[in-house]
Amino acid sequence: MLDVYGRRDYAIIGELVEPKTRVLDLGCGEGELLAWLREHKQVEARGVEMTAARVQKAIARGVSVYQGDLESALEDYPDRAFDYAILSQTLQETRDPLHVLRGMLRIASRAIVAFPNFGHWRVRLSHLWSGRAPKTELFPHDWYDSPNIHFLTVLDFEQLAAKQGWKVERRIFLSGGREVKAFPNLTAEVAVFLVSRG
Amino acid sequence: MILTTASAVFPSITLDSGAVIAPVEVAYETYGSLNAAKSNAILVTHAFSGDAHAAGEGGWWTNMIGPGKAFDTDKYFVISSNVLSGCRGTTGPGSIHPETRCPWGMTFPVVSIGDMVRLQKLLIDHLGISRLLAVAGGSMGGMQALEWAVAYPESVAAAIPIATTARHSAQQIAFNEVGRQAIMADPDWNNGDYYGKRPPARGLAVARMVGHITYMSDESMRQKFGRRLRAPDQFEVESYLQYRGSKFVDRFDANSYIYITRAMDSFDLTERGALATLFEGVPTRFLVISFTSDWLYPAYQSQEIVSALRSRNCDVAYINLSAHYGHDSFLVEVEQQSEIVGGFLASTFQHA
Repeated sequence: MLDVYGRRDYAIIGELVEPKTRVLDLGCGEGELLAWLREHKQVEARGVEMTAARVQKAIARGVSVYQGDLESALEDYPDRAFDYAILSQTLQETRDPLHVLRGMLRIASRAIVAFPNFGHWRVRLSHLWSGRAPKTELFPHDWYDSPNIHFLTVLDFEQLAAKQGWKVERRIFLSGGREVKAFPNLTAEVAVFLVSRG
Repeated sequence: MILTTASAVFPSITLDSGAVIAPVEVAYETYGSLNAAKSNAILVTHAFSGDAHAAGEGGWWTNMIGPGKAFDTDKYFVISSNVLSGCRGTTGPGSIHPETRCPWGMTFPVVSIGDMVRLQKLLIDHLGISRLLAVAGGSMGGMQALEWAVAYPESVAAAIPIATTARHSAQQIAFNEVGRQAIMADPDWNNGDYYGKRPPARGLAVARMVGHITYMSDESMRQKFGRRLRAPDQFEVESYLQYRGSKFVDRFDANSYIYITRAMDSFDLTERGALATLFEGVPTRFLVISFTSDWLYPAYQSQEIVSALRSRNCDVAYINLSAHYGHDSFLVEVEQQSEIVGGFLASTFQHA
């Protein structure tokens, strides 16, 4: 399996993306994933990132990144501008996740979404035992300084996809950097979904 | 860094207005060496008061052009030319009219940003370069970079418009008009007929003073001058502006001031159609940069360009750099800019 900058979800995404495609990474940070995809998969790489310092690093890396808010950035792109729109570990931080997901599936044929699973057993136990907002390795923040504003589980995403009529083409679940298959809503720390409009 | 100062003369150029200038001369400098494939040429386009001398001692972008710098002359062949209607070696209102044998003055035809770029294209063809790696410039230089991408999309792999706009705003036109009126109100201007006599130095100096205020920011002026006094009855900022005004008169022609500011004011890419339509199918890569404290060419003007490019799925990178020098940031703020421009050029060169 691939290992991209130690980020396991990057490695998974790297495997999901077909070579020589057009890829948009929303919330691309310093463009590490895009640079890797361009180098190894010869993709046409674009990104959106809010923080100027990260955009600076990404452009210096040679990746075409647009500095802006990802939720409003989606509006400008024409339909089907990309083969893949990627949202890695950011869905839970967006104001309007459904709007973002719909936008991704408008501008791209497929969406790749990676998010931390709020249904993991450690999260459930933390909440059950402490009686407070869960705090785990996966969700390390106090409730008042967390960037996460929407909490979702593997089941939640599956249900939303079914309700919206999206087709889940691939689902990959990770725990401790390894792939897990059984009871993903309990065992997965990170879920990666490859979704199309169906 | 190999530096060449030269000029080229072409039989004629036809302007947007239909007027013809024949012959036409362009002053230019080059830095670095053109590679065998002729694929490493970068045209840097100067702002309003700039000239062909971009790099080396006293060059307007010397902190960006040179060995190991953003425009690395060890890798790239950098070309810089004085714009049409300028006063630093390229044909302009101060040049001698071929028939009358007198300076053109205000009989010089109206010039556009498109005309400036057309002359640059003649120069690039003359140098045997069919496709530029990049065209880069700030302010009016950025307008030329945009014009290149729209007029000659196949001849430019990348465009780097910095601190610029696709069309001059009412505020930008207004400041330019104050400058022009200052010149025209000077009796020495004499309807532009002052060559060989006393030039409108007072008017030109005042015009430059206004310009300088618009290039700075409230914060940079506060840091640079504050309320410090130079003399009991003179603030530091007054002394600075007067100094810059008087220095400008030594190297700039008042009629060129009028012609070049008019070219900027008339610049409006949207006259040719919606921006997005103009960018349709343009293969050029874009790097658009604005600066947070630039109130003369505010970020929204760059974002308008970027939004149009993205709506046509063009390859564009955009950053609004945090810098407090106002519009001058593109000349002064080199650290962040160098990292971005250097990386962008390297990847363009690698994949071109």
